[in-house]
Amino acid sequence: MKKIMILLFVSLFSFSVNSNAKSITLGWAAWDPANALQELTKEFTAETGIEVNFEFVPWPNFADRMLNELNNKGKTFDLLIGDSQWIGAGAVYGHYVKLNDFFDKEGISMNDFSPATVYAYSTWPKGSKNYYALPAMGDALAWAYRKDWFERPELKSEFKKKHGYDLGVPANWNQLYDMCTFFQGREIDGQKRYGAAINTERGSEGITMGVTAAMYAWGMEYENPNKPYDMEGYFNSPQAVEAVEFYRKLYEDCAPPGHSDAYMVANLDAYKSGQVAFQMNWYAFWPGVSKEDSGGRVSGFFANPKQNVAAATLGGQGISVVKYSDKQDLALEYIKWFARPDVQQKWWDLGGYSCHNDVLNSPSFPTSTVYAQGFLDSMGIVKDFWQEPTFVELMLPMQEAIHDYVVNGKGTAKEALDKIIEEWVEVFEADGKL
Amino acid sequence: MSVKKKFKGLSDKAVGWLFIGPTVLLLLAINIYPLVYAIKMSFTNFYANKIGREPQFVGLKNYIKVLNKEAIWEKMQVTASFMFWTLLLQAIIGLGLALLLNRKFKGNELLTTLIVLPMMLSPAVVGVFWTYLYNPQVGLFNYVVNFFYDLGSFDMIGSSTLAPWAIVIVDTWMWTPFTMLICLAGLRSVPNYLYEAAEVDRASKWQQFIYITLPSVLPFLLLALLFRGIENFKMFDMVVELTSGGPGSATELASINLKREAFEKWKTGYSSAFAVILFVTIFGFGNVYVKVMNKIKER
Repeated sequence: MKKIMILLFVSLFSFSVNSNAKSITLGWAAWDPANALQELTKEFTAETGIEVNFEFVPWPNFADRMLNELNNKGKTFDLLIGDSQWIGAGAVYGHYVKLNDFFDKEGISMNDFSPATVYAYSTWPKGSKNYYALPAMGDALAWAYRKDWFERPELKSEFKKKHGYDLGVPANWNQLYDMCTFFQGREIDGQKRYGAAINTERGSEGITMGVTAAMYAWGMEYENPNKPYDMEGYFNSPQAVEAVEFYRKLYEDCAPPGHSDAYMVANLDAYKSGQVAFQMNWYAFWPGVSKEDSGGRVSGFFANPKQNVAAATLGGQGISVVKYSDKQDLALEYIKWFARPDVQQKWWDLGGYSCHNDVLNSPSFPTSTVYAQGFLDSMGIVKDFWQEPTFVELMLPMQEAIHDYVVNGKGTAKEALDKIIEEWVEVFEADGKL
Repeated sequence: MSVKKKFKGLSDKAVGWLFIGPTVLLLLAINIYPLVYAIKMSFTNFYANKIGREPQFVGLKNYIKVLNKEAIWEKMQVTASFMFWTLLLQAIIGLGLALLLNRKFKGNELLTTLIVLPMMLSPAVVGVFWTYLYNPQVGLFNYVVNFFYDLGSFDMIGSSTLAPWAIVIVDTWMWTPFTMLICLAGLRSVPNYLYEAAEVDRASKWQQFIYITLPSVLPFLLLALLFRGIENFKMFDMVVELTSGGPGSATELASINLKREAFEKWKTGYSSAFAVILFVTIFGFGNVYVKVMNKIKER
């Protein structure tokens, strides 16, 4: 009996110790880098004794789940790695803690991070020195290709004969199209293959992220640089129209059958299962793709090809402290730890994309992985979707109109872009910007 | 005074109120109050995500905007077409299956259980696994179609012509058993002596069906279609999982659009007006339908 009492006491005591332990909760999307962060964070817990709980939400529900939580002033998360486009809403609606004083106090300088990532992930208004996040995960839309197929002599010579230049990393979107059509429907090793797995997802942001990769490369601007929110002639410029038409052509002539609502995972699946020669996706997935090359598959990677200009769609996120958290001090301690150069180096080593200059400027960085140079190149040319507080309202009409044109084949590219502008004007008017 | 005595003094009416009181309060709190609140919001420019911004009264502006928006009418057309085809197919197939299962044969019970299985599944799960069945490369649906008639590669979800049929097929597959069950209940309530009398009068099987079976089962069928009509008017989960409303907006039903306006774009005032319009529409149609149904019953 005595032993039982002691056991009971010990277990009760350990429970109370455990429940009193310091802990915070971090929210992010459920994908490969999140697992790397979980691994990295073990060191933080070992150093500080602060437990970090993770809640990872699948991408299709990520924005819905997190933005609802913020709008409801929820206390579930102490730290949030939110998408770059949320920074405006986070700052304007007071969801994120402004970090300037904390950075000054702890000696964290934004000059230590890549300028493009600070601009994209941390500041609001854009380009100001008001910081609401620490750049956490650099990312951009890029391409992976089947290097093993590209190196086959018979395919190389056939391609050269047909197009007059070498089969290799495409120098522009026209070459990308040539290569995609070259592989479309081709039988390799007894299997039918297709050109490219590109973004066509309708529900969240997929097709917008994909089509803007082309639109930026054609030189599209969202607005008149001298007159904010004046979009006519910019967003629907002839170059922008041409880019959207090109994207539709790429979908119609080069996508595998059934690829009409595809984003990150569907593109990965199409590529890994050997269906396609190219896949469009985020750098975040390349460590996994590179590691999982098997059965003769060798992957090559390259930054978004240029057309009229060199540009790439920005992805990635900053880490912010949620204003409604009761544990802001612990959350800030995590950010302080995460900003350390040695932690940033480990972050990159584990498969996360550090934005710290010490990591990116290291002489060994470009050759540290097969995709590192592409990542450096991309981060110098990134462009992002609107980061306005109303970005969801801006994203949805674009998703619908572009999907309607590219996948559904409805109307013309110009009509789709005009329709988007019409909806955007309404959003900006309601927001008092116009 | 004991509690027992106290209750003894209550009138029948008071006891009645005591029983229904909690339910009425619950209804007021979770149905009537939100409805009144939504109607109030529909006259404002309220955005639920714009913290600290006071909603302003805008009169009928939201209603005019909804009714004048071409895209809304497109969504209503998509919804109407979806409802028409699903109800028609479910009525015909459901009644047919009920007539089949009303006969006594070996394996009748097992067959009934198997037919009823789809409606026991979660609509979201159904939506997800039909995306695999519709896959143009490995989908079973495409394989079966090609087995009987070689169409080559076709994409049910990615084609604007086929996608509306894709959702009609799935809804029909899932909910025909419901119509069948209600019709079966109707068929089993038809007294046998009517058929016996018809046999005596030398009525053919077709005449028996037209003059006995159909009139008896029609009120049940109409009731089933009323339930299915209301459900399909607010259909959401299955279609979102299956097509996300795409390609483009080819399968974006009114309910999906309403959700996007209300909880993704956060246009609370505008979407409240849209919701009120949808409510009035379904309430109006429902009432007319019930009146017609009662007239049929009275015959």
